[in-house]
Amino acid sequence: MTAYDVEPGDSVHPGDPVTVDRYTGWARVNHWITATCLVLLALSGLALFSPALFFLTDLFGGGQVTRAIHPWLGVILFFSFAGLFIRFWRANLWKAEDGTWLARLNAVLTAHEERLPEVGKYNAGQKAVFWLMSILIIILISSGLVMWDQYFYGYTSIEQKRIAVLVHSMAAVAIICVWIVHVYAAIWVRGTVRAMTLGSVTGGWAWRHHRKWLRELVGGKTS
Amino acid sequence: MAFEFELPNPNTVNPTTTLSDADLVRRSASSVPEPAKKLTPVAKLIDVSKCIGCKACQSACLEWNDKRQDVGVFAGSYDNPADLTPDMFTLMRFTEWVNPETQNLEWLIRKDGCMHCEDPGCLKACPAPGAIVQYSNGIVDFVHENCIGCGYCIRGCPFNIPRISQVDHKAYKCTLCSDRVAVGQGPACAKACPTHAITFGTKAEMQQHAADRIKDLKSRGFQNAGLYDPPGVGGTHVMYVLHHADKPEIYANLPSKPRISSIVEWWKGPTRYLGLAAMGVFAAIGFFHHLVEGPNKVSREDEESAKRLAGGRSAQS
Ligand code: HEM
Ligand code: SF4
Repeated sequence: MTAYDVEPGDSVHPGDPVTVDRYTGWARVNHWITATCLVLLALSGLALFSPALFFLTDLFGGGQVTRAIHPWLGVILFFSFAGLFIRFWRANLWKAEDGTWLARLNAVLTAHEERLPEVGKYNAGQKAVFWLMSILIIILISSGLVMWDQYFYGYTSIEQKRIAVLVHSMAAVAIICVWIVHVYAAIWVRGTVRAMTLGSVTGGWAWRHHRKWLRELVGGKTS
Repeated sequence: MAFEFELPNPNTVNPTTTLSDADLVRRSASSVPEPAKKLTPVAKLIDVSKCIGCKACQSACLEWNDKRQDVGVFAGSYDNPADLTPDMFTLMRFTEWVNPETQNLEWLIRKDGCMHCEDPGCLKACPAPGAIVQYSNGIVDFVHENCIGCGYCIRGCPFNIPRISQVDHKAYKCTLCSDRVAVGQGPACAKACPTHAITFGTKAEMQQHAADRIKDLKSRGFQNAGLYDPPGVGGTHVMYVLHHADKPEIYANLPSKPRISSIVEWWKGPTRYLGLAAMGVFAAIGFFHHLVEGPNKVSREDEESAKRLAGGRSAQS
């Protein structure tokens, strides 16, 4: 068995329905810290991004607090996401079937799973979200540090700060769009959210969406 | 004969305040109604050729604005402090320049500070509603109650003027003494200047005064004397008479063609509209996809197949 896709803690429990452990307790805690930070960063950042959204500063107790807290949330996000990265990067490596899966995006969106190749723990869409988030968070933290005048004003020129704020706002828009895709996919594909709440999914969910992973877990051929 | 400007002494009996919210023509991150009547544009004219570098203006500025500048360290020039600070809104910048034509050493002294741009980059960049305002007389003012300390005004300004205080985390710069102008006075610096290198009046008066000064300078051999009122920012309400107006950069890097950085324009323009649109489109696609496609549910057969696959085998750990 190749085991390239199985992560520590993944296991199958026979029953009706079969349940499959997908995320350990720590992985879930790690995920929800990251998610909370990302949402708070998006809200506090968007408040400064557009006058129409400035009212969002009220959520944080005013403009001054919003401005001050945002970069710190970013630092937490960075380290928290680093934890997820270490956990998940291996299972997110690109595989031959991922190209085929992506090429048949039409079948994906119309829920014709039978026309799709069997995939491991993550499909190409999930992998794309993972890598895009990784890259965008690196861009956001690097540009964010350049913009963080309270502590780092003297290290960069004004021109560099101008570039940083433009890059930061574009990367923020991108990561929010990626986040929308991520959340929507989790909602649309029923039975997914429990993976991050309870930690497990049903066997049917794994069979339908990540059959290669399920086969591996039960020790069968990876076909 | 060039005329001199004496600023009138204040009317201490029933002074009327002329600057109010009704006089705003621009307000950061928000809009204001067109003012019913516009004030006459004002300007401060700084005649660099008359400045003796005494720093009376700096002292008057600190005095009027009730600021104190910490004692600093000698940084190798007469500039004191070495740069504008959140407390020091104006600064004499000294340059020793050898004129290549005459081989003369010229001591150029430029009083730096906010230029009160007609098209202010600071205001354009500001994300906080009402933290930066512009009055119909041209004064650009920071309203500290609304300032959140993000420093975006620093990125917007083509002249490197605003400074953020590390004490209260708010942005500070020259106000053109809006509080004095509101009651019919001129800026404190203009009042204090012993050589009348700094004058204040309507913008038209100042342009006229500058024209006279430039004529005088030209008659005394400064062929390139001229007025600095850069069109790239729509003109400014602080203007300079320069003896070498063809080379503003020699005056401690006064920009020769200042304009709001195109990076700032991109950030505040297309990025904002396209960014909001992109987020909206992604959310809308999700919404309609769900409406059309319905949820992607796991079927009974999926569960059965899983059971067959996992059946009989014990849980693997
Ligand atoms: C990863 C570390 C991050 C750091 C260090 C950081 C830092 C900053 C800083 C310093 C600012 C300027 C305002 C302020 O001082 O609060 C800012 C603005 C902003 N940030 Fe972040 N940030 C980070 C992550 C993020 C993330 C993940 C998002 C989006 C989900 C985001 C969205 C924004 C937005 C939209 C703005 C406003 C930009 C504009 O005004 O156009 N940031 N960030
Ligand atoms: S000089 Fe700078 S701070 Fe002053 S009005 Fe112009 S952009 Fe604003």
